[in-house]
Amino acid sequence: MYLADSRNSTTRTTAAPGSTRPGRRPAVPGTVLALGAVSLITDVSAEMITAVLPLYVVTALGLSPLGFGLLDGINNGVGALVRLAGGHLADGGGRRHKVVAGIGYGLSAVCKPLLLLAHGLPAISSVLAADRAGKGLRTAPRDAMISLATRPEHRGRAFGVHRAMDTAGALLGPLTAFAVLRVAVDGYDAVFTVSACVAALGVLVLVLFVPARLDTGQPASGPAPARPALRDSLALLRRPGLRRLTLCATLLGLTTVSDAFLYLLLQRELGVPADLFPLLPLGTAAVFLLLAVPLGALADRIGRRRLFLAGHTVLLLAYGLVLSPLRGPVTVGAVLVLHGAFYAATDGVLAAATAGVVPTEHLGAGQALVGTGQALARFVCSLAFGAAWSLWDGRDALAVAAVALAAAALCTARLLRTGDPSGADRDPGGADHDDRRTTEGAPR
Amino acid sequence: MNRKTRLAVLLFAVVLLGTVGTAAVLRAADRSAVRDQQQADGPTVRTGDVTLRPSTARQLLVRNLAWGPHRDEIATVPAGHPDGPRTASGVKCLRFHAAAGTGICLQAERGALADTYRAVVLDAHLRVRHRFPAPGIPTRSRVSPSGHLVAWTVFVSGDSYAGTAFSTRTAIADTRTWALDDNLEEYAVTKDGRPYHASDINIWGVTFADDTRFYATLATGGRTYLVRGDRTARTLTTLHENVECPSLAPDGTRIAYKKRVPGASRDAPWRLYVLNLATMKETATAEHRNIDDQALWSGDDTLVYALPGDYGSDLWTVPADGSGTARRMMTSAVAPAYAG
Repeated sequence: MYLADSRNSTTRTTAAPGSTRPGRRPAVPGTVLALGAVSLITDVSAEMITAVLPLYVVTALGLSPLGFGLLDGINNGVGALVRLAGGHLADGGGRRHKVVAGIGYGLSAVCKPLLLLAHGLPAISSVLAADRAGKGLRTAPRDAMISLATRPEHRGRAFGVHRAMDTAGALLGPLTAFAVLRVAVDGYDAVFTVSACVAALGVLVLVLFVPARLDTGQPASGPAPARPALRDSLALLRRPGLRRLTLCATLLGLTTVSDAFLYLLLQRELGVPADLFPLLPLGTAAVFLLLAVPLGALADRIGRRRLFLAGHTVLLLAYGLVLSPLRGPVTVGAVLVLHGAFYAATDGVLAAATAGVVPTEHLGAGQALVGTGQALARFVCSLAFGAAWSLWDGRDALAVAAVALAAAALCTARLLRTGDPSGADRDPGGADHDDRRTTEGAPR
Repeated sequence: MNRKTRLAVLLFAVVLLGTVGTAAVLRAADRSAVRDQQQADGPTVRTGDVTLRPSTARQLLVRNLAWGPHRDEIATVPAGHPDGPRTASGVKCLRFHAAAGTGICLQAERGALADTYRAVVLDAHLRVRHRFPAPGIPTRSRVSPSGHLVAWTVFVSGDSYAGTAFSTRTAIADTRTWALDDNLEEYAVTKDGRPYHASDINIWGVTFADDTRFYATLATGGRTYLVRGDRTARTLTTLHENVECPSLAPDGTRIAYKKRVPGASRDAPWRLYVLNLATMKETATAEHRNIDDQALWSGDDTLVYALPGDYGSDLWTVPADGSGTARRMMTSAVAPAYAG
């Protein structure tokens, strides 16, 4: 642990501006572009399925798909556990990020042709659960690889590039699926087959173009670092920097109203016509796509935690706009822009901030901890928001969520400031060194 | 592996996977082209005048699923000879129902990005009277006995980002004023005698008693209920549990419905039951297979419903009193309605 850390700090010095290896590590390294391409391709494949699944179930199989909703909650919980396992496994021994991510992408790819064989709701639900397990498995190692491949001071932008590519895939997927259905009426089997081919291509790009061993400053020929024990992964939370970040992500996650509820409120409060309802998430995604890179780069300059916090302030503005007496398409558009900007300012930025407070050999577990904390908190928020909506109504529930979000943001601002006595909340700088010192002083 | 080899492998894979994908799409396109050709052993379908107020004998209207140029069109057969030649109307619907000279047709409209859906109110000659946009995939539709009200249910999946969570949206429109209640979830719910609020409420499968009262399914907290609705008071009141897709008998005394039976496979949990509204006594019909349809009463004694068949689905009948056996009435048809 000490060894890796100290070596890592050497890398950092040599890789700093004016290093002896100019051009070896550009702001957005090839590995990040390769991982972005893998995500883009995989998302095309995944969103092809999600876009046509309701149509397939209702019009081709003649089933009523309400059963799916019940399984969703269970899948979310399992997904969170799988993500922790994926992060931990990926950190093992000689760096198995690529292997674990590959298994995750592979598992999801195998699920696509299985849909051709699954005809009842339980069978389809099982395939979808396996697909999600694959997603849970690959998320943390993928973010760890992006962190490892990028110079610390450029991580915000690198994650921004990755998230933008990922979202582009999500937007292209449904278009591809409907193009197939346009050529072949009722050709759901063709959609599944094409989706499987696309998914296989994603796995192949990962295998071919993402290096198995990322340059982390460790000598390739040197002795492999000891495999981190599960205990070590959990002990990560003893690191003040990571603990604070997990706490903040969880706290803010508890007050982040789920997309579905927000769109429902937009539709009811701002009078979005029912037939335009399906377009609302596309609006958010398009803004996310456009802003992910510039906001990621901004995070590198002004501090990731600061931008993460600013992102939640933007979300608060969106809540405020929904609660305001303003109506009409312009307001709806403004809410979607703020919502997309919130994602662009927080999603990749949180991963970049996490990378700054976790030792390299625990990057997978660290990413998983923060990500799982946030995901579970959002799930709890969904349940609470649903209950509040039933007790009062959607508007009042949102007002309460807005107050809670403001309070959480204030707490977070305090927490993150105390975490950084120097006042400079630049992850690559002060905080990072600060953290390392703390760990070195901590008992193993 | 050097860069060149990797690129070569990638190129090879792109060509290979591209070929597989293209072949799958072309095969599916071929198959859908075949569907436009008359199937050899299928029923005879020809075009003709289809009206919702036949001058002669009682007619059965269905969405024709037989392969050929009239696939998916609303077609009619004499109610007494459902196996006979079909007369196709040229009007395509995913779901359809009709009563007293009013028809409700749920259609898909091809869009640039994706299909959109609409509910179309038809007159007795199947001409369009009014169109309403529908926010999802059509699943149920009904017309009130007077022909004055129409109701429809769609599945809303938000879009791809909403994941696998589905919900339903049910609307009722008045064909005299075009007043629209586009979401019955806004009605006040009384469950077990008390006002009830929940955000997870789903309502589907309206069946009309008259121009004020109707019945429907209300789902919340993982359970389903039969509710009685009042369109004027805008209320829904639970009457009975474990009832889906109710269908009121013409005499107004009984409701045919899908019941989730314990012990059945999770894959196929629904059986066709009849509930007596006066006694709340449930009677199992002789149809022992899984039913996922809103049944239709053919008179006071017989139920008609769809089951998966070789060409999409077939229509079957069974006595409503639990006696007899299920019989296939016609092949390649769905969404039945009687006219006349």
